[in-house]
Amino acid sequence: MNYYDTDLTTLHEKLVNKKLTAEQLTRDTLAKIKADNEAINAYITIDENAAIETAKAIDAKGINPDNLWAGIPIAVKDNIVTKGLRTTAASKILENFNPIYDATVIEKLRANDVIVIGKTNLDEFAMGGSTETSYFKTTRNPWNLSKVPGGSSGGSAATVSAGGVLAALGTDTGGSIRQPASFTGVVGVKPTYGRVSRWGIIAFGSSLDQVGPFTRTVKDNAALLNLIAGHDEHDMTSSDKEVPDFTAGLDGSVKGMRIALPKEYLGEGVDENVKKAVLDAANTFKELGATVDEVSLPHSKYGIAAYYIISSSEASSNLQRFDGIRYGFRAKDVKNLEDVYVRSRSEGFGDEVKRRIMLGTYSLSAGFYDAYFRKAAEVRTLMINDFKKVFEDHDFIIGPTAPTPAFGIGEDSNDPKKMYMNDVLTVPVNMAGLPGMSLPAGFSNGLPVGLQIIAKPFDEQTLYKAGYAFEQATDFHSKTPEIGGDK
Amino acid sequence: MNFQTTIGLEVHVELKTNSKIFSPSPVEFGDDPNANTNVIDWGYPGVLPTTNKGVVESGIKAALALHAEIEKHNHFDRKNYFYPDNPKAYQITQSDKPIAHDGWIEIEVDGEKKKIGIAEMHIEEDAGKNTHNPNGYSFVDLNRQGTPLIEIVSKPDIASPDEAYAYLEALRQRIQFTGVSDVKMEEGSMRVDVNISIRPYGSDKFGTKTELKNLNSFSYVRKGLAYEEKRQQQVLMSGGTIQQETRRFDEATGQTILMRVKEGSDDYRYFPEPDLPALSISDNWIHNIEEAMPEMPGKRRARYVSELGLKDYDAMVLTQTKEMSDFFDETVANGADAKMAANYLMGDVNAYLNDQQVDLQDTKLTPANLAAMIKMISDGTISTKIAKKVFKALTKGEEPVAWVKSKGLIQLSDPAQLQPIIKGIVDDNQQSVDDFKNGKDRAVGYLVGQVMKQTHGQANPKVVNELLMKELNNR
Repeated sequence: MNYYDTDLTTLHEKLVNKKLTAEQLTRDTLAKIKADNEAINAYITIDENAAIETAKAIDAKGINPDNLWAGIPIAVKDNIVTKGLRTTAASKILENFNPIYDATVIEKLRANDVIVIGKTNLDEFAMGGSTETSYFKTTRNPWNLSKVPGGSSGGSAATVSAGGVLAALGTDTGGSIRQPASFTGVVGVKPTYGRVSRWGIIAFGSSLDQVGPFTRTVKDNAALLNLIAGHDEHDMTSSDKEVPDFTAGLDGSVKGMRIALPKEYLGEGVDENVKKAVLDAANTFKELGATVDEVSLPHSKYGIAAYYIISSSEASSNLQRFDGIRYGFRAKDVKNLEDVYVRSRSEGFGDEVKRRIMLGTYSLSAGFYDAYFRKAAEVRTLMINDFKKVFEDHDFIIGPTAPTPAFGIGEDSNDPKKMYMNDVLTVPVNMAGLPGMSLPAGFSNGLPVGLQIIAKPFDEQTLYKAGYAFEQATDFHSKTPEIGGDK
Repeated sequence: MNFQTTIGLEVHVELKTNSKIFSPSPVEFGDDPNANTNVIDWGYPGVLPTTNKGVVESGIKAALALHAEIEKHNHFDRKNYFYPDNPKAYQITQSDKPIAHDGWIEIEVDGEKKKIGIAEMHIEEDAGKNTHNPNGYSFVDLNRQGTPLIEIVSKPDIASPDEAYAYLEALRQRIQFTGVSDVKMEEGSMRVDVNISIRPYGSDKFGTKTELKNLNSFSYVRKGLAYEEKRQQQVLMSGGTIQQETRRFDEATGQTILMRVKEGSDDYRYFPEPDLPALSISDNWIHNIEEAMPEMPGKRRARYVSELGLKDYDAMVLTQTKEMSDFFDETVANGADAKMAANYLMGDVNAYLNDQQVDLQDTKLTPANLAAMIKMISDGTISTKIAKKVFKALTKGEEPVAWVKSKGLIQLSDPAQLQPIIKGIVDDNQQSVDDFKNGKDRAVGYLVGQVMKQTHGQANPKVVNELLMKELNNR
């Protein structure tokens, strides 16, 4: 089986009406993802036994007809801690790390009888845009196995794209949900900073990180955000704002809505086919009764530099706890304490992680702090103000998610600067803490192209409303890749 | 050449809260290693800190006690360094915007009063503890990790080791009165880092400072500073220069010994803690805390003198600790004469505490019982001599009125009861009567003693004296 011809509501009805058991669904899902995993490498760990046991227990208890997600297996990015289930962050330093607690989002999944089927591949510690920096494996794009799925949540995006699961969780620090969603032709949402608890997310850039859902449809995505959003007493940066029903108000209408199209987002470096997809999308929205204005986000050009300083600075501090003392990898035959630190970290971290630790450490060092970290924080404020100004008279912003469609495996992996430029259209959203979505909006040489929608803080409803209207008016989301398996 | 001395003190005070500053683990000492820890204290992947509001409240209290300005919008920062007792490899502290700044406290040295400025006060978490065993293994106990601390940094106003001592006394006293900490150096709830420099009189440039470690009591602070002050003078007088260095105080010899020379400063790469929102402290919150603040020692001392008629010295002694001062206030509130209450606290009670090596709050003494005893003395129910016995009973938690009654120790003051006894004794001691008549006053003492003996010490000496004199003069 695969999940191409179904959606959450359909599956839920089947489960409620006992046309399908959670166990059967789980077994079918396992068969599919295991078969695909050889080609796609989406998973670091598949939790076969526990998933089946959980499914049996849910069947025994009965599917709650009011809980859409009861008995549905989903995949989880491997930087989200799962109790008793190995959580690696795709790093050698956590190769054998078995957490003793569940992240808040996992607790919420389990409380709602969602089955965690496995842990998906990512760039090491979520640092990268191709899933190539994983210590374990390189995930392949289901649309073209020689291409990357994007990253860092490449495993989650790829498995949803391949029809392996209905939904997956990812994390997004600078585009790590939206860019792989764009590359693999699925819907990916980074919620507003503070909308979803970060408790149990292995921190990368603490002021930027956010968990979000991958799905094939906008509505399913909204339904999954319903499940994971909300204030958490464990996370003081989580908002206590009320969580609305994100699936409400999906009526296909954007009539009268004011859309902004930043000119900076269609500038140099953006692929012609990507531009065309975005302009076509603008026309679609116009045809649906919205207005589209060209606007300017003048500080966007500083976004990449400021983002890499802030995220790497925070990462350099966050990753210090991986010191070989209490858990994780410790180098063999160490001579003294300093040796434990230096060698465990030198041998345990990959090159990209080390690069960012060095960049961040440098940016925070005495004498450089003002020129780098403080300056980046100032730029961040300017970027926030840019968005505020646009949102004064616009409901949402559209643009490309990534400058190009998926690139080839190995193509950019030795050119960090080129790799970093991939994030140019996604990082401003994290810098400003805004909600952003990527959804299928076209193709370029057989590879999916994503449209990015950006809304005001805590206005995910508009994101979903606009995304749903676009999805209903187009058929990009119904296209599926030709890969091995039973399609 | 004459030098002037500048001393800087950084004082860490452990706050007495139920749980840790950023985790719900209990703050308890003496438990098994790592018993009071959880994933947050271990710096486990994915965990986040949650600020204990009680810690912020304690911080505000301490800041108010130090007359400091409270920073209404302050935030936490990360101080980054690797060490096994520091599980996140950063300490959550305040660097950029501490909770309070620009305070002062008053000290008194040789009757001279002086204000010492406080540069800043911030809130932070304590680290764990490393121990090493002889087999080459080291152990990390994270029970202390995350214990809330405040750090109080003085301005360069302290000009002598005696002033440093007085500053620490005053600081401890004021913090102790707020109730936010036990402030005990011997238990580690107060820790002191000091630095000292000297410069020629009139020079407007501070000299190079040295830091002193291992100062485990106020007097060691004074001793260490005095030694270091002299050492620096000798170095400079002999043409040498002072290096920026850390020196260890040796308790046995009273000397300071070079530990390490500082080259440049450590780079802790401070930056704002992204896991915690900025702290906003409302005027209303400060106001409510201010309203509920206990009366500070200076105010109490003045009140004891002006309202209760105590001597200033006595008032000062009674306000050394909040426990003593509170005990005194309650004893007086229970109806005891203020001066007698003061005398008992400074005398018998202090002697008992010293003898037993306990703190007042850990004894069975209560203000109500002490007041009841003092009232019995005042109204003549018991003599001060009997009171010695009663006090012993108080230390065992006895209620004095009932105890005195049960032991039959009520003083005999009724002349109708005493008169026959006195008459009998005078009758039996003609020699003493003769002596008295011959002007030997000693005889009176002897006769009083006989009366006391016969009444088992319960006769009221004052009444006995009066009746006896009357009886003798009648003979």
